[in-house]
Amino acid sequence: MATPISRRTVLGLAASVPVSMALSACGTSGPSSGGGASYWFLSGPPQEGIRQGAVDRFNEANPDTKISTNTFLNDPYKTKIKTALGAGEAPTIIWGWGGGGLRTWVDAGHVDDLTSWFDENPKVKDKLISTSFGPATIDGKIYAMPCETAEPILLYYNNKVFDDVGVEPPESWDDIMALVPKFKAKGIATFSLGGQSRWTNMMWLEFLFDRIGGTEVFEAAFEGEKDAWSNPAAIDALTKLQELVRAGGFVEGFSSITADSNADQALLYTGKAAMMLHGSWSYGIQQELGGDFVPSGGLGFMNFPPVEGGTGDPSNTVGNPGQYLSIYSKASAEQKEIAKKFFTNGVLDDQEVKDWIDSGAVPILSGIEDELAASKNAEFVDFVYKTANEANVFAQSWDQALDPSAASTLLDNIVKLFQLSISPQQFADNLNAVTNK
Amino acid sequence: MSTPVSDASQRGQRGVLPWLAAPALVFFVGFAVLPLVGVFALSFTTWDGIGAIRPSGLDSWREVLSDPALPHAVWVTFLVMVVSWAVQTPISILLGTFLANQQRYRAVLAVVYFVPLLLSSAAIAIAYKALLDPNFGLGAGLGIDFLTQDWLGRPTLAFSLVVFVVSWQFIPFHTLIYQGGVRQIPQSLYEAAQIDGAGRVRQFFSITLPQLKYTIITSSTLMVVGSLTFFDLIFVLTEGGPGDATRVLALDMYKRGFEANEMGPASAIAVILVLVGLGLALLLRRLGGRDASQSQFEGA
Repeated sequence: MATPISRRTVLGLAASVPVSMALSACGTSGPSSGGGASYWFLSGPPQEGIRQGAVDRFNEANPDTKISTNTFLNDPYKTKIKTALGAGEAPTIIWGWGGGGLRTWVDAGHVDDLTSWFDENPKVKDKLISTSFGPATIDGKIYAMPCETAEPILLYYNNKVFDDVGVEPPESWDDIMALVPKFKAKGIATFSLGGQSRWTNMMWLEFLFDRIGGTEVFEAAFEGEKDAWSNPAAIDALTKLQELVRAGGFVEGFSSITADSNADQALLYTGKAAMMLHGSWSYGIQQELGGDFVPSGGLGFMNFPPVEGGTGDPSNTVGNPGQYLSIYSKASAEQKEIAKKFFTNGVLDDQEVKDWIDSGAVPILSGIEDELAASKNAEFVDFVYKTANEANVFAQSWDQALDPSAASTLLDNIVKLFQLSISPQQFADNLNAVTNK
Repeated sequence: MSTPVSDASQRGQRGVLPWLAAPALVFFVGFAVLPLVGVFALSFTTWDGIGAIRPSGLDSWREVLSDPALPHAVWVTFLVMVVSWAVQTPISILLGTFLANQQRYRAVLAVVYFVPLLLSSAAIAIAYKALLDPNFGLGAGLGIDFLTQDWLGRPTLAFSLVVFVVSWQFIPFHTLIYQGGVRQIPQSLYEAAQIDGAGRVRQFFSITLPQLKYTIITSSTLMVVGSLTFFDLIFVLTEGGPGDATRVLALDMYKRGFEANEMGPASAIAVILVLVGLGLALLLRRLGGRDASQSQFEGA
């Protein structure tokens, strides 16, 4: 603490700052600057520590081929990676969600085709569950290594709140609508929602579309079919959603709550809200932040219930079938070698698999039933594993599946829909305008 | 604006002066003029930010100008500009006049008032966002009902809050400008007014305010042009929401460019912003009259 700052130190700092700024401004600190490989991923507990742990173990085992890391919050990362790719400054290993975002990288030639590498390394390919390759595959070629966990979206509920109010978890959409006034009377929000993050609202539409009209409703829109969003099932889903908003089903102030701050999670584990629709990663967050909420059995979970008269398969789920690691095409040959070595030995090593399961997540490996059953979160991970594997269709999140331009319009309109500032018909018109091909 | 300089001094300085401006000029060209030209060029292309840039003529302009979101963003920007000007100017003038006197307690207060200006906009936004959270914020924590509102979730409230936070952040700066302006007013004017029997209020309206005319124009130019580029604070505080209630032009530009990957239309909006900013600055100079840089002091 008591180190005196000499004048030379200050002068040295003053001299070095402009130089380093000038250097980085010239763009020489990019991928070509030798040394080890680089890897960017998302921050936040508990996932960040698990990702970092895998890299640390790899670096320890391979001191000559180290990987340096950098972490970002979810929403800023989406922008950061785009800018970095455009500027030729992207990391060797690019973490992503696959789907439409990956397609834009592929179209611009920024990521390597890994198809032949997977053919040469069947051991790597075969240990991963096959559904995880869907969002990594663009026009029949694999451009990313599936990694980490399968993350279906689940309906979470607070058991204590349900006991206090004396009601049962919903088994259908009508049950949900009937629960709203009961919770309202006790001053509890029926659903927590981080509405400023927008994709949180989108999950509601993903399930309502699916339960009412089946997966083909969104698929038609995704394929660019004319007026796909005006499908009666779509309009019905949008209308039902607005009915729930009008009934006061979502927490007061939901449109200013961000998911990155985990305030939506806090509403559920503090009992201010009774239920929440969220990704399976939410379990780990609530375990980490919620004190004895999860250990004491406070957290309940289920698949989204069916909607009366709907034709969708209630076993279907949506979310992230996996996360994806791509290799930056402009990285040096040496860096690409390190990345592939990491894919083979580092990604989902035994410790990482154990860490994920301990955090309440389900790694995308086949044949890990025993490990899951032995976990302290056995009940939850088993449920997620079944939800992911027994789903008739495990659809990818809309904003990840669509191209970024259409996704942006979609998210903007979803917010307006939740604000009740546009009608279902207007929503459909606005979306038809961007997805028609 | 003519500045009479004697021939002798002009001749003596001509050799050195232009070179003194060179470093500033290099930075200005490198970081202002070149990007501006680049953005202008990009507005005639189609580019997703990571792939190849394709020229596409007026497509981006047509898309931006026919989008109903544009008039809305312009309107919100205009409202932020006008309302925040109307809030900041009177408060800054009063505070500046108050702080212009030399008593020690006023010097202490001046330091306190100055604090918001030292904080970064992002930090301010994050702090306000946390304080105003309807479920875990100040109101809920202390049980104050008035504070427990959905501040950022209702269009009018969110808009007012943006104006409030912007004003909170920038009033200290403009107070400083007015403080300097008031201190420039010759004491003799006030002494003469006192002899004539003018009270404090009368002195303020008849001497201080008219003498501050050019300070007001300077400060207003900074406010108006500055409010065109409000981005960081609104981005962190509301992200343009709820809906698009606080989606100003600068934010619209960012969202199109970096979220929707449409660099062409985003560049077109950037060009619009530059033109509007330049136009407003010129207009405000006009309002000041041609003698804007001349003295208002006795005998002038």
